[in-house]
Amino acid sequence: MRRRSAPWLRRFRPGRWVVAAVPLLWLGLFFGLPFFIVVRISLSETVIGLPPYSALLEWIEGGMLSIRLNFANFALLWQDSLYLDAFINSVRVAATATLLCLLLGYPMALGIARARQSLRIPLLLLVILPFWTSFLIRVYAWIGILKGNGLANNVLLWIGWIEQPLPLLHTDFAVHLGIVYGYLPFMVLPLYATLSRMDSSLLEAAADLGCRPSRAFWRVTVPQSRPGILAGSLLVFVPAVGEFVIPDLLGGPDTLMIGKVLWSEFFNNRDWPVAAAVAVALLVLLVAPVLLFERLRERAQPR
Amino acid sequence: MTGSAPRLEAWQDPAAAPLVAIKGVSKSFDRQAAVSDVSLAIYPGEFFSLLGASGCGKTTLLRLLAGFERPDQGRLLIAGQDVTELPPYQRPVNMMFQSYALFPHLSVADNVGFGLRQEGLPRRDIRVRVAEMLDMVKLGSFAQRKPDQLSGGQRQRVALARSLIKHPKLLLLDEPLAALDRKLREHTQFELVNIQERVGITFIMVTHDQEEAMTMSTRMAVMNEGRIRQIGTPVEIYEFPANRFVAGFIGAVNQFEGRALAQAGDVLQVYAESAGTELRVHVPQAVVAGSPVVVAVRPEKVRLGREPPPGDNRLQGTVEEIAYLGDVSVYHLRVAGGALIEAQLTNHTRGAAPPLTWGDRAWVGWNADDAFALVE
Amino acid sequence: MNGKRPSLVFSLLAFGYAFLYAPIVSLIVYSFNESRLVTVWAGFSTKWYVSLLHNDQLLGAAWVSLRIAVMNATLAVVLGALAATALVRFGRFRGRPALALMVGAPLVMPDVILGLASLLLFVAMEQLIGWPAGRGMTTITIAHVTFSLAYVAVIVQSRLVRQDPSLEEAAMDLGARPWKVFFVITLPLIAPALAAGWLLAFTLSLDDLVIASFVSGPGASTLPMVVYSSVRLGISPEINALATVLVVLVTSGIAIAGWLLHRREARRQLAE
Repeated sequence: MRRRSAPWLRRFRPGRWVVAAVPLLWLGLFFGLPFFIVVRISLSETVIGLPPYSALLEWIEGGMLSIRLNFANFALLWQDSLYLDAFINSVRVAATATLLCLLLGYPMALGIARARQSLRIPLLLLVILPFWTSFLIRVYAWIGILKGNGLANNVLLWIGWIEQPLPLLHTDFAVHLGIVYGYLPFMVLPLYATLSRMDSSLLEAAADLGCRPSRAFWRVTVPQSRPGILAGSLLVFVPAVGEFVIPDLLGGPDTLMIGKVLWSEFFNNRDWPVAAAVAVALLVLLVAPVLLFERLRERAQPR
Repeated sequence: MTGSAPRLEAWQDPAAAPLVAIKGVSKSFDRQAAVSDVSLAIYPGEFFSLLGASGCGKTTLLRLLAGFERPDQGRLLIAGQDVTELPPYQRPVNMMFQSYALFPHLSVADNVGFGLRQEGLPRRDIRVRVAEMLDMVKLGSFAQRKPDQLSGGQRQRVALARSLIKHPKLLLLDEPLAALDRKLREHTQFELVNIQERVGITFIMVTHDQEEAMTMSTRMAVMNEGRIRQIGTPVEIYEFPANRFVAGFIGAVNQFEGRALAQAGDVLQVYAESAGTELRVHVPQAVVAGSPVVVAVRPEKVRLGREPPPGDNRLQGTVEEIAYLGDVSVYHLRVAGGALIEAQLTNHTRGAAPPLTWGDRAWVGWNADDAFALVE
Repeated sequence: MNGKRPSLVFSLLAFGYAFLYAPIVSLIVYSFNESRLVTVWAGFSTKWYVSLLHNDQLLGAAWVSLRIAVMNATLAVVLGALAATALVRFGRFRGRPALALMVGAPLVMPDVILGLASLLLFVAMEQLIGWPAGRGMTTITIAHVTFSLAYVAVIVQSRLVRQDPSLEEAAMDLGARPWKVFFVITLPLIAPALAAGWLLAFTLSLDDLVIASFVSGPGASTLPMVVYSSVRLGISPEINALATVLVVLVTSGIAIAGWLLHRREARRQLAE
């Protein structure tokens, strides 16, 4: 009958109320409300001025309130193949990169989880350490490596695998590489969390029942780590879909990704309503994975 | 633990004022009743146990007394004062937690002195009283250690010292011995009783271990599904259980369902089909003939042998199982009516061959006075 | 463990680390290159560090970023700790689903959406109530707090979940009032989580380009914004030097923290 919550808190309503209300208000105002504003502006017209969008509600003469909803921005997203292609390409790139992250991250997490106890924390720290240095600078480092006369091409030329420098930078390859590189820690950490919590006697039981190690891996280890796989994949996939820095710096002019499109609509074309419409569409696309992620997190909390 | 003098115990004295009065208290979580309509009076100086399986509501009752939960219904009185609405920090009650809940960032001395510091006592006084308390629990040289540098037994004593230092009117103990290993637990049982007698504080202990409750308490309450099923001294609970639940929960018991036939004085004749015969049982009150009765007898009261033993009830059967437990051996005998009767023999002689073996025909018997009837 | 799998696992582990560190190592190496070109090694030189010291734009931006990061980390720790306490200790309450969602969503929400949404909010607020007047450090700080408080909340949450709830009850049982329980028991116990949360929020803020670009105004260019505009123009050894400084700072910070922890552990064992 033990409750995790502290029932005595329930009695001191004022204190309890403040503790919950302050973050709720902050997040509601600065995180929740903006989404409604984004939706609202995605339904207005572009005008020249500041701010560069029309009002949604207007008092017209005679005291009547008129609502002008403008779906033209969304129609544009649908009709102009640029946007649709960018969406499809973003999802494709993010999904491929997520898979690659998983393929590299899983053995890493497994290796750390099975390493000696004293080595685990240092190994884990080594995964996190790059995350603490600037993301932008780490992406920038790849420019130096992938450039036409960069490190990678020089090494390849030197060992004689290639005769001409390969075009590596400003390609889809570079974008995939950048995402895997930037988001790998987000894959390894949740995977490590589930794998290290796994009862090692499960594998012993499987072996005892005649299961070969390779089969035990697929039959026991992988299914047991499913929450970690899912959490890690979502932590990589969702932000990667809307990634801007990596496609901008490593991608080519024909690398269409939706985060970059949104950025250029906003900063280059100064078309706020279309940028907002892109954001709304992206949100709709990501609602399901975000909710899924949230449910995973809630379930991971013992209560 | 019961005195030999025919002195009236507090709970038998109608003039005595209870220290703790629980009056019709109910508490539910998410519409599930944890404690329902519990009333209880506990007297100064008692070592009272709340006994029951996990989820029976005993811990909730303890937390209601400490003030961590607030009852949906009913009142709680401590020393005549209504504490139902008082927060935990204003109640004259302290608690020893099952997890001990020692503050990991504070030293042993600071843990023990925590309660006094909340009262704003001068530092010097706190130091003196903490030292006394640590001496009492034999931890004088550990004052500067942190809790994670102590053994389980030492932690348990720190928790006890911390909860006693404010001299509360009432100490609540939530499974105080559950985390200790068996040997240490037995030793600590006596130590805890000694300390209680020395400090003269009333203890209420929650436990799921019947042996622990029996050895330590002056009285105990057996709980099930949020209700108290019986309150009494250990002897009353064991020898005179009020109902089938209590009889079955404490110790082993042979039960025979039957119907009352006739009553002569305080001996009732019962026909029990599973026994295959009539049984005689001591019943103080009058029972209407024909009403359902359960006859119950504890295995150690059952005599067993190849020859019919003396006694008011005698049954013949076949030995089906024998369990050697060292001090005693337990025999299971199948009788004509189909019942499996458990009997205990003390192993008086070292290395002696068992008097009976599997498949032997044997007799069991017991006196009407040694059995009890449960009329429900 | 027998069979080939462990060796495969460990060689992939090694590859993973090489992958993570090769770019950083190459950055550091070329920050000491005499030549401006990455291709050619023209000898050891620290001249890029000297020119970094004289780059007023970069240093000014670093100062702006630093101030925002400190402000952000402090606010985020307070709000994140409150949110975590509510989520872990209050059981079910009416705002809980909303709070849980708003704490969880920023962890995965793409930066461009957060940035655009925050900007549109600030513009609408300015029109409506005249605050915040214009955009700059204040708006960047608010937007940063909003997403970094989620990270703090996650860290504090996992600490609170592991903590025995009886500790707070015990303190209260011994006569401490709720606010005293918080300062004497809860706060010291979650202090490591708060410190970790502060550092993470600090780093997140220092690292953010996209959100800051949306919500910043004239005169409030953060370090990533300046780095970005210079990177867009191509490789600059000064950025390499800056990166090396950052890596050294972070590594030594973690090394010091590790050493402190180790020392505490050693002292503990000595006491036994």
